[in-house]
Amino acid sequence: MRRTFGALAPRPAPRLVSGLALGLAACLALTACGGSGGSAGGDTATGKASSAAPAENAEAATLTIWADQKRSETLKPFADAFAKENGVKADVVVVAQNQQQTFVTASQAGKGPDVLVGAHDWIGNLVQNGLIDPIQMTQDQLDGYVDVARKAVTYDGQVYGVPYAVENLALYRNTDLAPEAPKTFDELVATGAKLKAAGKVKEIVGYPISQQDGQSGDTYHMYPLYTSGGGHLFGTKPNGDPDPADLGVGTPESIAAFEKVAEFGEKGAGALKRSFTSDNSAALFADGKTAFMVSGPWRLADVRTAGVKYDVTPVPGFKGGDPARSFVGVQAFFVASKGKNKALAQEFVTNTLASAEVSQALFDAEPRMPALKSALAYASAKDPDVAKFEAAAENGVPLPAIPQMVAVWGPFNTLIHAVVKGENVGPAVKAAGKAIAEQLGQNG
Amino acid sequence: MTITRNPARSDRAGAGAAHSRARTWPGSATGVAVRVLALGLIVGIALWAAAPLVSSGDWTGMAITAVATGIALWAYLTPRRLPAKYLLPTTFLLVAFQVFPVLYTMSLALTNTGDGHLGTKSEAITAIETSSVRREAGSAEFRLTVAEKDGALVFLLADPAKRAAYAGTEDGLREIGGASLGPGGRITAAEGYTVLTAAQASARSAEITALAVPVKGGAIRSQGLTRAYQGRAALAYKAGCDCVSGDGKIWRSDEEQGRFVAEDGSALPQGWKVGVGLSNLGAALTNPKINAHFAGVFVWNLFYAIAVVALTAALGLAAALVLHHPRMRGVRAYRTLIVLPYAMPAFAMLLVWRDMFNTDFGLINRMLGLHTDWLGTPFTARLSVLLVQLWLGFPYMFLVATGALQTIPREYMEAAEVDGASPWQRFRKVTLPLLLLALAPLLVSSFAFNFNNFNGIFLVTSGGPFPSDNPTVGATDLLITYTFRLAFGQQGAQYGLAAAMSIYVYLIVAVISIIGFRRTRAFKEVT
Repeated sequence: MRRTFGALAPRPAPRLVSGLALGLAACLALTACGGSGGSAGGDTATGKASSAAPAENAEAATLTIWADQKRSETLKPFADAFAKENGVKADVVVVAQNQQQTFVTASQAGKGPDVLVGAHDWIGNLVQNGLIDPIQMTQDQLDGYVDVARKAVTYDGQVYGVPYAVENLALYRNTDLAPEAPKTFDELVATGAKLKAAGKVKEIVGYPISQQDGQSGDTYHMYPLYTSGGGHLFGTKPNGDPDPADLGVGTPESIAAFEKVAEFGEKGAGALKRSFTSDNSAALFADGKTAFMVSGPWRLADVRTAGVKYDVTPVPGFKGGDPARSFVGVQAFFVASKGKNKALAQEFVTNTLASAEVSQALFDAEPRMPALKSALAYASAKDPDVAKFEAAAENGVPLPAIPQMVAVWGPFNTLIHAVVKGENVGPAVKAAGKAIAEQLGQNG
Repeated sequence: MTITRNPARSDRAGAGAAHSRARTWPGSATGVAVRVLALGLIVGIALWAAAPLVSSGDWTGMAITAVATGIALWAYLTPRRLPAKYLLPTTFLLVAFQVFPVLYTMSLALTNTGDGHLGTKSEAITAIETSSVRREAGSAEFRLTVAEKDGALVFLLADPAKRAAYAGTEDGLREIGGASLGPGGRITAAEGYTVLTAAQASARSAEITALAVPVKGGAIRSQGLTRAYQGRAALAYKAGCDCVSGDGKIWRSDEEQGRFVAEDGSALPQGWKVGVGLSNLGAALTNPKINAHFAGVFVWNLFYAIAVVALTAALGLAAALVLHHPRMRGVRAYRTLIVLPYAMPAFAMLLVWRDMFNTDFGLINRMLGLHTDWLGTPFTARLSVLLVQLWLGFPYMFLVATGALQTIPREYMEAAEVDGASPWQRFRKVTLPLLLLALAPLLVSSFAFNFNNFNGIFLVTSGGPFPSDNPTVGATDLLITYTFRLAFGQQGAQYGLAAAMSIYVYLIVAVISIIGFRRTRAFKEVT
């Protein structure tokens, strides 16, 4: 609608003023032509960048770092100090949205950064696009990190990022409403249902089933229950990477797992509902309208502000089931392959950013569990909740970083909705498994 | 202006009273100033665009800029060529925003561009080799100092474990004596070598990364500016066989797929961009995964677009007619209220509507005391997206209809009244045909827009709800959201396939619009 309106807007009357209007329009057109000419020649531009490099060396190099808002603020002083020490300039750029895609596009056009701050599950895609370099750390350096972080940034036997923070799901509990931590998910639902029947809460548990769009399931949040029911997404290769050839969706175990989930769904106990998203679960918990919430450390600040008395424990598994494994996301620093100052970027990443001071500063800015053991000790001493999330991460597995994961999200998200809604579980799981397998097959 | 038949040289020839009509620049001093400024801007922008193009040696871009500027000056540096003055900017805009994107999309459709296939083959080879460099287990961790000798880069390496110092160049490693070590075990000075300062070293960043000092069983490479390690590239490209070998395996270049493939069918992740001819365009027609649901999606897509246009037009027109009635009071206030949805950003409104449809927490269910799963069943979800688009779209139709109504002369109505026509007849026989004359082209363009109304669907339902036995196509999916999921949801972004699909969607919309505009002409004949 809007677009048609704009396109059909009447043209300005051809009078004296139109001289200016025309001039401006011509200018616009010219810049557009210049721009399009430039992008048409984009293929050759990258080839020429290397030959042009010596000319640029005459002036001081600029180390460009891309990070989100919060990280930028914290990293700025460190980058400035590093720049001063090395006689270069440092530029910390805030990239607030769509960072991975922006990085891919910009790097390809030769306009990418030298250092990227991001999540470890980008690694697979960035490696297949040839956009990040391995980071050669000694065994001593690697031993300084918690196991799960080290595993997460290792892809195809190579370390591709310097991890700084670890985050995973846990169970938040309102200790006024539910003083005892539930040992199983069944127990949790029983407690919640009792509270609901007594009119103390509105919902049994704030368990995010839907993505923010409300229309597709949330694989990330469902994974603990899915694994507790005995399901898995991918098998494991000998080198520790997930094996896309061994798909766990559609197997009898995965059907059994979803049967369990369905028991608590809309046509079952009514604890899991499609109307729950991460945001409204948090709002319910903060208002005391539910006694339980499954979420990560990013909700700590909200919960503390709300003034609810809370405790954090691992997400409980089903009664008699496997342990509930939550996905562990690791935040890391990457060195861009197409950066103009790679040696400088490596120096900055492996020496400055890998330091305990940076990890501590990042923790102070936002309470996520540091990946560096020494910083973790600092954080645990400062904040008791860190140790609780650490305990919740014990059974966790790194979020698969392989690019094939893209094939999983869509069908699996839809499957979660079908199951929670109360549709027939068997066919739904098999259909999702088939859809994923087909998409993986397309890759060859 | 039609009288100017004299050639251009006459206005350079100086003042001549006979030709003054053509030569004098009309307008006030301000007008002249504005013109000078505008022309200056054109030239200024041309120069601004030229600088980076020249420095990157992009002569095609340079030529385009030069020609464009030349044409602009040719048209505006004279009071004549009036048609060109108006045609030029529109032509420029047409080329820049219509022709170029279309051609670019078409060229993209002929390649396999997408995640894993973004760059050139040589970039892929570099990436493969670089990412296969592994640190030798248990090898020395060298402290690196970057130095130079006769302009060539030298790595001064200290091995703290062996307390030895080496100089490494492209030719190899040799032990040196008389090096002084600083804090942290790094060499601070060595005879015959100039140690580079941090700033100097930073400036030669690219050279430092490229330097590999060959040693037995691998090479010593830098890791930053202060450390070096001994490692070995597990994979190496050989131009002779056009293959990558290593780890006891050989991956041969497959120019059709744009990747290195081994005998067992496994491929290296890093691929490159290749032309695939018409296979993307063919895939959309022949691949059962893509075309199986085409018919169903197409029918709903067509229904959606038609229904949105019909509903918005009906409601917009009805509101306009009501407010057009001479005895209506407070018209201004009503108009403001009606236009409100149009004035708000659609993007945000769509998200607000999505949340209002939430089963447990949504405003709609809470207000009406219902527990309807609005976006969860196909019928209600389709109803919801239509409702949302009706709310967003009718103010536009209202505005257009209000304007059109005011152009209909009152005499027609009075004449019809005298002839004894009932109000319905007057509307049906006089108002509506005249209104449609103005509205019909807008209805067609509104149809074309809604046919591809990505936001209207994607932000509200994301194409869902999905049948439990088929997670690839949802009940409210339009062709554009369906193809978006196909092209960007599976193996990351597949730009080539997406471009091919968008060509098809474009063709469909074009055909329907052409038919629509033909019909519009039919309305004209009625009058």
